[in-house]
Amino acid sequence: MLADALLLQLGYNATLVTLGAALLGIAAGVAGTFLFLRKRALVSDAISHATLPGVGLAFVVMVAMGGEGRSLFGLLLGAGVSAALGLLCVQWLTRRTRLGEDAAIGAVLSVFFGFGIVILTVIQTMNAGRQAGLEGFLLGSTAGMLRSDAILLAVSAALVLALVLILRRPLGLAAFDPGYAEATGWSLPRIDLAMMGIVLVVTVVGLKVVGLILIVALLIVPAVTARFWTERADHVVIIAGVVGGVSGYVGAAASAVAPALPTGPIVVLVGFAIFLFSLLYSPRRGVLASVLTHLRYQRRVHVRQGLLALANGQPIYEALTRRLLARSGLILPDGVPTAEGQAAASKALLDETRWAIVRGDQAYALAATRYDGLTPIETVLTPDQLTEIDGKIAAPRGIA
Amino acid sequence: MNLALVTSRDTDQAVRVASPLAVRGMTVSYGQTPAIFSVDMTVRAGAMTAVVGPNGAGKSTLLKAALGVIAPLAGSVTVFGQPMAAMRDRIAYVPQRTSVDWDFPVRVIDVVMMGMYRKLGLLGRVRGQHKALAQDCLDRVGMADFAHRQIGQLSGGQQQRVFLARALAQEADIYVLDEPFAGVDAATEKAIIAVLQGLRDAGKTVLAVHHDLATVPDYFDDVVLLNTQVVAAGPVAEAFTEANLQAAYGGRLTTARVDPESVAG
Repeated sequence: MLADALLLQLGYNATLVTLGAALLGIAAGVAGTFLFLRKRALVSDAISHATLPGVGLAFVVMVAMGGEGRSLFGLLLGAGVSAALGLLCVQWLTRRTRLGEDAAIGAVLSVFFGFGIVILTVIQTMNAGRQAGLEGFLLGSTAGMLRSDAILLAVSAALVLALVLILRRPLGLAAFDPGYAEATGWSLPRIDLAMMGIVLVVTVVGLKVVGLILIVALLIVPAVTARFWTERADHVVIIAGVVGGVSGYVGAAASAVAPALPTGPIVVLVGFAIFLFSLLYSPRRGVLASVLTHLRYQRRVHVRQGLLALANGQPIYEALTRRLLARSGLILPDGVPTAEGQAAASKALLDETRWAIVRGDQAYALAATRYDGLTPIETVLTPDQLTEIDGKIAAPRGIA
Repeated sequence: MNLALVTSRDTDQAVRVASPLAVRGMTVSYGQTPAIFSVDMTVRAGAMTAVVGPNGAGKSTLLKAALGVIAPLAGSVTVFGQPMAAMRDRIAYVPQRTSVDWDFPVRVIDVVMMGMYRKLGLLGRVRGQHKALAQDCLDRVGMADFAHRQIGQLSGGQQQRVFLARALAQEADIYVLDEPFAGVDAATEKAIIAVLQGLRDAGKTVLAVHHDLATVPDYFDDVVLLNTQVVAAGPVAEAFTEANLQAAYGGRLTTARVDPESVAG
């Protein structure tokens, strides 16, 4: 059944929803990356919650003008206008008052959302309002998705991708080093305006699919997930687009199989599953990788300290150290070093003595920065330099 | 008509045309107290100038306002007599190292490429010549081997050198640096000063905020002593005197901080 859904075999509407959600996921992942990198992820939450009064008011206006008030275009236009208003409020509060951006986001988000809920409640009491289905904007509702809705999503996604492609340099520069961007003549307010405009487009067209409460997840989760897999901003953008697209596609397909499940939340949960996998298993920044790296590092430290103790004829107290040395065949169970252990110990001691000289000599200042108590000195210095240092080890003894 | 006034205005115009960076009447304020007040500064072409002063003297503020990063309350800036906006491409900037998120997903070579964004524009293709220039700039600061490292893996001094390489990639005439030696190791300080002196010897102009008074006479040709207002400015031999320093630091300066040998006068 799920296989059918993934292969778009579940009928016209399911296919529209699946493709639409995938396109939205790609656009949201790409647009959200720059928000995330610029550390302004939560502004998108304020934007999305600020759409609600616009949706309600647009409905009221359309009904008052004699229409039935369900034109999606009209509702989204209202959503866009009120979201832009909310964004301007956040910007104004942040720039012109002493409030931080977090406080401004909290204030705008809750006030706009509260106002929107009031309008929606009033609409419920109106005759025309009962079948309006405006609640669908809260958590998304894809059941009645039309071909025109899917086309709107496709056009918006294409627009977002084109804008990001054109603006990738200023967007990246502003996120990494805003001061430098300004000093080299890029207008930071205009870059930010462009970024927020792109996010606004994604938010508004995504309202019907995932709803205003969850759209923030679609903007942020793919970027955060992508960050686990690469150290390059351009790759983060691409991976985030893929993660967003896959989340939308798989999530919508899954909810087509079980129509009782709402599409938006399922899409978000699929995205979260990819995030969780990345968090745990990413080879660079994942939790598992850092635990393993830490354990490996700890073992190397213990072996090194044990060898130095052996070389200096000191007893080894730590059980872990003794166990590690015994396991590598460097000491016998009673703690006496093997021949191999003795060789390794004197090598470690020689290394430390050489390092001590390097670290005490200004001429080797650069090499000295590589000292971590573990790195063999041959990997840092040339054989010629080592000979020179060994000369310095011997010299003081000669005088004594 | 006041003849003397006209003449002095004409003279100043000539001075400003000759100067790579001339600031007039610059006042910047965060809230009600000015960070810098009515600052005049004329940077000499082909020289290395240090901006020196106590903490909170407005050194960074002066640079940022001169470059248009923060908006001044009053004041004007000219670059070779022209308005700043028209002359952006001739100025390279090295911001304070602490102003940046070092966990940002960007490689060393990508940071250097940012120096060419003005030239490349929005959609200009990155060609072999651009990559070669970026690599060459890294080489000049001794960071060629680090091109593909993530920027956060570098030490503070190495990060500073990458910032300098990015400024070099701008191929500008004027290099403005904000505390280039703050928190860097001795090797980096040496490498940076060698690059800057090389720029000066090639006829470029260097302006840097500097905090180590002891090295001012060794490193720089000119000095601007700043404490909200300009206390003294000119060639190190004339302006960097004990009396001027005490005036700039409001008597808070213990003589131990300055090597008497190195202070002129």
